[in-house]
Amino acid sequence: MPAKLSFNYPQTGTLRVKLSGDWQIYASIPSENEVVAELASHQDTAQIIFDTSEVGSWDSGLVSFLFRLVRDCEHKNIQVSHQGLPQGAEKLLTLALKVHTRAMPEKSARNPFLERVADKALELYASTLSVLNFLGEITVAFGRFISGKAYFRRDDFIGIVQKCGANALWLVSLISILVGIILAFIGAIQLQLFGAQIFIADIVGIAMVRVMGAVMAAIIMAGRTGASFAAELGLMQVNEEIDAFKTLGISPVEFLVMPRVLALVIMMPLLTLYADFMGIAGGFLISASVLGLNPVEYWHHTQSAVRLSNLWIGLIHGFVFGIIIAVCGCLRGLKCERSAEGIGVATTSAVVSAITSIVVATAILTFICQVLGV
Amino acid sequence: MGETGKPVIEVRNLDLSYADYAVMRNLNFSVNKGEIFIVMGGSGCGKSTLLKVLIGLKEPLKGEVLYDGINFWQQDEAVQQKMMRRFGVLYQGGALWSSFTLGENIALPLQLYTSLSAGQIQEVVELKLALVGLSGYAGFYPSEISGGMCKRAALARAIALDPDIIFFDEPSAGLDPLSARMLDDLILQLKDTLGATIIVVTHELASIFSVGDNAALLDTESKSMIAIGNPKNLLANSSDPRVIRFLTRGERQGAAQ
Repeated sequence: MPAKLSFNYPQTGTLRVKLSGDWQIYASIPSENEVVAELASHQDTAQIIFDTSEVGSWDSGLVSFLFRLVRDCEHKNIQVSHQGLPQGAEKLLTLALKVHTRAMPEKSARNPFLERVADKALELYASTLSVLNFLGEITVAFGRFISGKAYFRRDDFIGIVQKCGANALWLVSLISILVGIILAFIGAIQLQLFGAQIFIADIVGIAMVRVMGAVMAAIIMAGRTGASFAAELGLMQVNEEIDAFKTLGISPVEFLVMPRVLALVIMMPLLTLYADFMGIAGGFLISASVLGLNPVEYWHHTQSAVRLSNLWIGLIHGFVFGIIIAVCGCLRGLKCERSAEGIGVATTSAVVSAITSIVVATAILTFICQVLGV
Repeated sequence: MGETGKPVIEVRNLDLSYADYAVMRNLNFSVNKGEIFIVMGGSGCGKSTLLKVLIGLKEPLKGEVLYDGINFWQQDEAVQQKMMRRFGVLYQGGALWSSFTLGENIALPLQLYTSLSAGQIQEVVELKLALVGLSGYAGFYPSEISGGMCKRAALARAIALDPDIIFFDEPSAGLDPLSARMLDDLILQLKDTLGATIIVVTHELASIFSVGDNAALLDTESKSMIAIGNPKNLLANSSDPRVIRFLTRGERQGAAQ
C-alpha cells in the first residue's frame, strides 16, 4: 500500500498528521514539505501530533521523514509530539535528534573574481616554490652523492634501473618500430610524387635519431615508470613510511628520490639510443619489403643523412626527459594526499605533468638547436 | 639528557592547526624523565597533530616545544635532526617500510647511525625482535605478518637505537584485546628496562589506566586541554563532567549531563 498523509485539527492549534500505508525507503514516500505547506495555511498551529494506526511496514524512510519534519518545526517553534509513533521509530528518532550538529568551520561563500584570481596566483607561486625547493633538495642530494656521503641502498638502485631499463625494452621496441613504419609511410606519400622514395631513409633516420626516438621513449616511460614512481611514493606517504624516514633523520629525497632520478637519467639516453635503432629498423623493413626500395641503398642513405650531431641532440633530449619524468613522478608521489583518491590523483598528475613538460622541453630544445644551427 | 624527575619535554603556549584550521589552543604541560604520559581525547581533537609537532614533522602555529630546555622549533635543521635521533616513534599503522624485510627495517637506523659491523647489527636486530616477541621473523616482509605483529615489529624498529623518548600513536588501534594488552605490557617493560620517557597518544581507556603515569585530556569543543594529572586521580577527583564522561565512557550516573 502506498504511503499517504492526511491532516485534521482535533483542537485549535493542534495539527494531527495521519500516516497510512507502507513507509519504506525504496518506495515513494510523501515529502515533509506537504506538512510544511499545511502549516503555512494554518499559521496558528503550535503542536503536531501523529496518528500511525494505519501504518503498515516502515523502515528508515519513515524515520528520515520524521527527522526532517522535526528539524523544520524546531525552526518554526512548533512542538512535535512523539506520542503515537511506532515504538522503534520513536527510539530511532530520539537517537538521531540527540546528536548535536557540531559547529564546523564555515565554508566561505564564493569569493569575488579578483580575490579568486589572486588566490590562484598565490597557489601558482606556492607550487612553483615547492617545485624549486624540491629541485634544490635533489641537487643537494646529488651533491652528497658525488661527494660519497649520500645514503641509499645499492640494491634498490639496481632494482629501479632494471625496472626502468630492461623491463621497458619490449614496449619501447614495439612503439619505436611502429613509429618508424608510420614515418616511412607518411614520407612515401609525398616522395613518390617526385620519384624520390629513397629519401624516406633520410626522413626516418633524422626524425628518429634527432627527436622522435627520445620523445616516444619518454612518453612510454612517463606512462610506465613516472606513474609507478608516483604510486609507490604516494602509497608510502599514505602509510606514513615517509614520516618514518624523516623521524629517523633519513632524507626521503636522498633515499628514495635520488636513486630514481639517477636510474632514469642513466637509462633514458640508452633507451633513446635503442628506440632510434628500432625506429630506423622499422622504416628499413617497410621500405625494403612494401615500398620496394633497395635495402643497401636505403642503409647507405641513412648512414649519410644521420650525422653525429643528430645523435647527440637525441641523447640530450633523452637525458632531459629522464630528469623530467623522474622529478614529476617523485614530486607528485611525495606530495600525495593521504587517501586512496590521493594516490590516483598523484599518478594521473605525474603522467600529465611529465608529458606536458616533455613537449615543452622538446619545443625549447628544438628552438635552441635552430638558433645554434645544429 | 634529563635527570629523573626533571622535565624532559615542556610544551608552552602551543597552538596547533590542521588544514588551515586551529584545532587546539594554548597547550601547556611537561613530561618528566621516565614517565609515561598519555595524550587523550576524542577523535579529531588534535592528538595526532600534537604528536606530529612533538616529533618534528609539523611546525606549530605558535608556542614552544622544549627538549631538556632546548626549543626544538627554533633550532636549525641539522640540530633538529640530531634531536630527533633521541626519538623512537611507533606510528598508528606501524609504518614499516613495505619493501624491506623486518630485519632490514630494524637494521637501517643501525647501519646509518652506528659503527657496528654487519654481524653485530644482525645480533642487535635479533635481540630487538626477541624483545617484542618476534624472534625468527627477521626475513619476513610486513605484508606476510598480521597487523599486531607489524605493530610489534615497528616497535622493535622504534627502539633500535635505544631512544630515550618513545612516542606511540594509537598503539592499540586495530588490535584485538589480547594484542593490545601485550603492547601495553611492552610499553611498561620499555619504561622499566630502558628508563625511557614515553608519550602515548590514545583514547583507549584500558591502556590509559594500565600504563599512564600522567595524562592530558584534550577537548574538541573548547579546543583546549581540560585536565592533566594521573588518570586514576582524575577519575576519582575531577569535578569536570567532561573529564568524568570521557574516563567512564559516559557510563557513570550523571556523567552524561
